[in-house]
Amino acid sequence: MFTPLHKQLLNNYQQDMPLSPTPYKDIAQSLGVTEDDVLSIFQELSDKQFITRIGSVIAPNQLGASSLMAMSVPPDQLQHIAAIVNQYPEVNHNYERDNRFNLWFVLVAINKEQLQTVIADIELKTSFKILYLPLLADYFINLGFEIDFDD
Amino acid sequence: MIDVIDRQLIHLLQQGLPLVSRPYAVIGKQLQLSEDETLSRLALLKKQGVIKRLGVIVNHRQLGYKANAMVVFDISDSLVNQVGEHISQFNFINLCYQRPRQGELWPYNLYCMIHGKNRDKVLQQLNHLIESCGLGQCQHEVLFSKQCFKQRGALYPLLSVQKKT
Repeated sequence: MFTPLHKQLLNNYQQDMPLSPTPYKDIAQSLGVTEDDVLSIFQELSDKQFITRIGSVIAPNQLGASSLMAMSVPPDQLQHIAAIVNQYPEVNHNYERDNRFNLWFVLVAINKEQLQTVIADIELKTSFKILYLPLLADYFINLGFEIDFDD
Repeated sequence: MIDVIDRQLIHLLQQGLPLVSRPYAVIGKQLQLSEDETLSRLALLKKQGVIKRLGVIVNHRQLGYKANAMVVFDISDSLVNQVGEHISQFNFINLCYQRPRQGELWPYNLYCMIHGKNRDKVLQQLNHLIESCGLGQCQHEVLFSKQCFKQRGALYPLLSVQKKT
């Protein structure tokens, strides 16, 4: 399904997209292909949703206050509560997980006060208590995600 | 320091670098920045560590990594930093954070993420991790993800940002 070029583009440019006027041309030159090849394969990977985007990952709490939150919601109310949580523009991720705490989401706000305001508002609207789980330490050195194409 | 232009630049970049020959020029133009200034601002943000990485963000699920487990451990406070750093060395670990315990309701303080192609593989990797780090005595829970209700790059709020003079 993937050509060697697809695989290289997926695995080798997660960390350092060239910061030059023509990043796709630079990638093309280092791989011995044309800029059009690189652009069309990235477009295909993006259309088929193998890549979410080419973009930045921001270090936590550098540009605002963010935190992981968890809620314990009766299964028959989960869809409804998840939809309420999703309405907040501050919510970036929202997942169901296999646990008594079954709804997990990440909020990003301009500062801690705003974050607390949104938490209180969600608790009021849903009538469920939120576990507030802010980051205390980040141990992981982010090197991207190496895809194993072999199995 | 990060100014309001940097914030706007990051806001645009979070929505994706355009797939065109001169993508930084396209992004800069929306903020009336030259291509040069756009590039030098991004280089500085990266050097300062505000931008942790810049590049391809893959969709694990679509690429066959259907099993995603968040594993939470209760590790004694005196050892949590050491264990966190150790866990982060394993190549199948994608994130590793310390977070505050929530009393008896949720006594866990160390969180890590494992993406795998299936649940069995993820559980094998977790067993390997527990044995090699000597965590057999530590209480833990495995939370596999089920439905995804929302997932996007963090959009940092721009409203009410005061311009520094």
